[in-house]
Amino acid sequence: MEAGYCRYNPLFSKVDRLGDCVLEGLSDRLSGVVRNLTGKGRVSEGVLDETLREIRMALLEADVHVSVVTALVSGVRERALGEAVLKSLSPGQQVIKIVRDELEKLLGAGENRQIDFAPKPPTIIMMVGLQGSGKTTTAAKLGLSLKKTGRYPYLVPADVYRPAAIEQLVRVGTAAGLNVYNHDGSATPLEICRTGILEARRKGFDTVILDTAGRLHIDETLMGELTELKKELAPKEILFVADSMTGQDAVRSAGEFHKALGVSGVVLTKMDGDARGGAALSIRHVTGVPIKYLGVGEKTSELEEFHPDRLVGRILGMGDVLTLIEKAEETIDQDEAVALEKKMRKNQFSLEDFRSQIRMVRKMGPLSGIVSMLPGMAQVKDADLDSDALVRVSAILDSMTNRERQQPQILNGSRKKRIARGAGRSVPEVNRLLKQFSQMKRMMKQARNIQKGKQGRSKLPFFGK
Amino acid sequence: MALGGIKKLFRGLTRTRESLTTSLQTLVGNRPVDEETLEDLEVDLLAADLGPTLTREVIDALRVQAKKGSLSTADLRPALKELLMADLRDGKQEDRVVRSDGRPHVVFVVGVNGSGKTTTIGKMAAREKGAGRSVMMVAADTFRAAAIDQLERWSERSGADFVSQREGADPASVVFDGLQAARARGTDLVLVDTAGRLHTKVNLMAELEKLTRVARKVIDDAPDEVLLVLDATTGQNGLNQAKNFTKAATLTGVVLTKLDGTAKGGVTLGIRRELGVPVRMVGVGEGLDDLLDFDAEAFVDGLLGTAQDPS
Repeated sequence: MEAGYCRYNPLFSKVDRLGDCVLEGLSDRLSGVVRNLTGKGRVSEGVLDETLREIRMALLEADVHVSVVTALVSGVRERALGEAVLKSLSPGQQVIKIVRDELEKLLGAGENRQIDFAPKPPTIIMMVGLQGSGKTTTAAKLGLSLKKTGRYPYLVPADVYRPAAIEQLVRVGTAAGLNVYNHDGSATPLEICRTGILEARRKGFDTVILDTAGRLHIDETLMGELTELKKELAPKEILFVADSMTGQDAVRSAGEFHKALGVSGVVLTKMDGDARGGAALSIRHVTGVPIKYLGVGEKTSELEEFHPDRLVGRILGMGDVLTLIEKAEETIDQDEAVALEKKMRKNQFSLEDFRSQIRMVRKMGPLSGIVSMLPGMAQVKDADLDSDALVRVSAILDSMTNRERQQPQILNGSRKKRIARGAGRSVPEVNRLLKQFSQMKRMMKQARNIQKGKQGRSKLPFFGK
Repeated sequence: MALGGIKKLFRGLTRTRESLTTSLQTLVGNRPVDEETLEDLEVDLLAADLGPTLTREVIDALRVQAKKGSLSTADLRPALKELLMADLRDGKQEDRVVRSDGRPHVVFVVGVNGSGKTTTIGKMAAREKGAGRSVMMVAADTFRAAAIDQLERWSERSGADFVSQREGADPASVVFDGLQAARARGTDLVLVDTAGRLHTKVNLMAELEKLTRVARKVIDDAPDEVLLVLDATTGQNGLNQAKNFTKAATLTGVVLTKLDGTAKGGVTLGIRRELGVPVRMVGVGEGLDDLLDFDAEAFVDGLLGTAQDPS
């Protein structure tokens, strides 16, 4: 596979929208490698070296630190030559398995990632990290997540340096229904934390989350402030919050924070972007502590538990099916889904049902995020997938009356015109939607008839451009 | 660059240099460049976030020179510097802040979450106010909690005018109001603070595109500049960021922030090369005056760990 380097041509900016010019992700790269591997008879040393070179490039492009890459690649090589080549399994499978194993091992498969709660409350959790890594947002997300599991968390904003940082946590936390220690920021961080913890004790909170100011790992004064906080407050957990888009420097920043504080876990933020998570490998390698959570969106609820196997699956282009299933379970109303399925089977599926189905899908987050979790869909770039289509379809459906949604056959020219105007779309678009809907119904009918036989690759209706 | 500025840049870069010994610094004597030297150098370039593709190109170019026998270890540093600077040097940047037609110069500040947009605007405002220009900040980040308050503090510190609406308001409407006010008051420079957005979010990028359209409704050809604020710790993802942002709102430059840490910001070389978007300024601290004009030579020296102390 080519590295994807090409010069930007403004003339074609619309055409190549997120297309060919986008540097391939690790996932794409590796699925390319794997495709090349499968079909070849055996892993010869030549093939192995070629494959490992590709893997090395892929990992470097994914921002895994160069020293980690070197270690990983030589580990894979050794194992592949030592055992796997001799066995008469598919050579491709063997190399994937080895790469997979090594990556999982590096990411800490099987280790405990739960928050360590103090036997005697309150449990104190301190958030630390560089500026802009997402500490404040994560503090609120963690609070909400712990509250959902039955804890009683108290948020303490202790960033007195960045303007309006305290207000940010107060507002985000309060909006999420959490309790936040509100103060004017005139005290020192240590005093604030102390008072905050006292307050938590007095009010009976069992978990205190301290949001500290962002700082550079080489800033001796500010790092000293953190070590003092640690000494005085004895937090049970110190979570290093890191941006998933971080490059090679992740090794240094995480390493220095760990050296100064002995962090107990890592939260990787902004994973909803297209960063492949190379920083996760680097940070894990240098600190050896578990990655506990992933930040996957701007909403306070968008914090996920970390699963090494899933991240590796995503890296290897095998899809993140488990995460998808979990996400679907969380957001889709089970009863509603069962009712819908019944209707589908009876062929009573109406535009009204279609509308509620779209609502469920939209609750799951951006479409590209969902599709990228499906196996074999890592190749599907945003260009093929128009998230806005959902919004447009929704708008058209919303502009119909209940009766029109139940009985689309009554839609005549003037009704369509009204709907188009209401949705801010055109009449042909309304027609297209109706046509696609009837195709979809036909497909459902077919699917019912051939429940077991697998269909060929069919396109997702509505979402193509 | 003022003398204080040079000192500050070195304060940042020196810390970087002290903490990292590159293979260039340990080279002693003068002998032909061998494969091992090139491999060490490759690791240094990768570690500076140049990315595997650009690194390979640079190393290959050096290898060709070495094979011809024309490269000794003493030449390595200047040869490498020459290679890296070739892309950076062309296109001298002019000061476009003062316009001859008297209408406001409109700058959009964009970037992913947490890259340092608001802080950068605060510093830019202080700098331009110091140069005697009138500055207005427009708080178009109506999404993040307390973002408006954060910007307002910076406007108080720098003495810039401030236009905002409530949290959750339509950012397009804030931009519209802001630019109308700036035009009415005859403001020299308008700095628009946009919400942080990941470059992969189609709807948010469309929103950004809309903000530029709205700006054009008030002032022809606005925005004059769109600056991408990029955290120096960002790896190869920075290239994806720049590509997607420039599709939504054509970038005129990059502001590389947090360069006072140990990160080198090597991905900006790739951005310059592929998209032609230059680095315009660098952020080197949290103070009002911790913003410097980009100096290609100082940057490359920092990247290679070859910065010399000015004293």
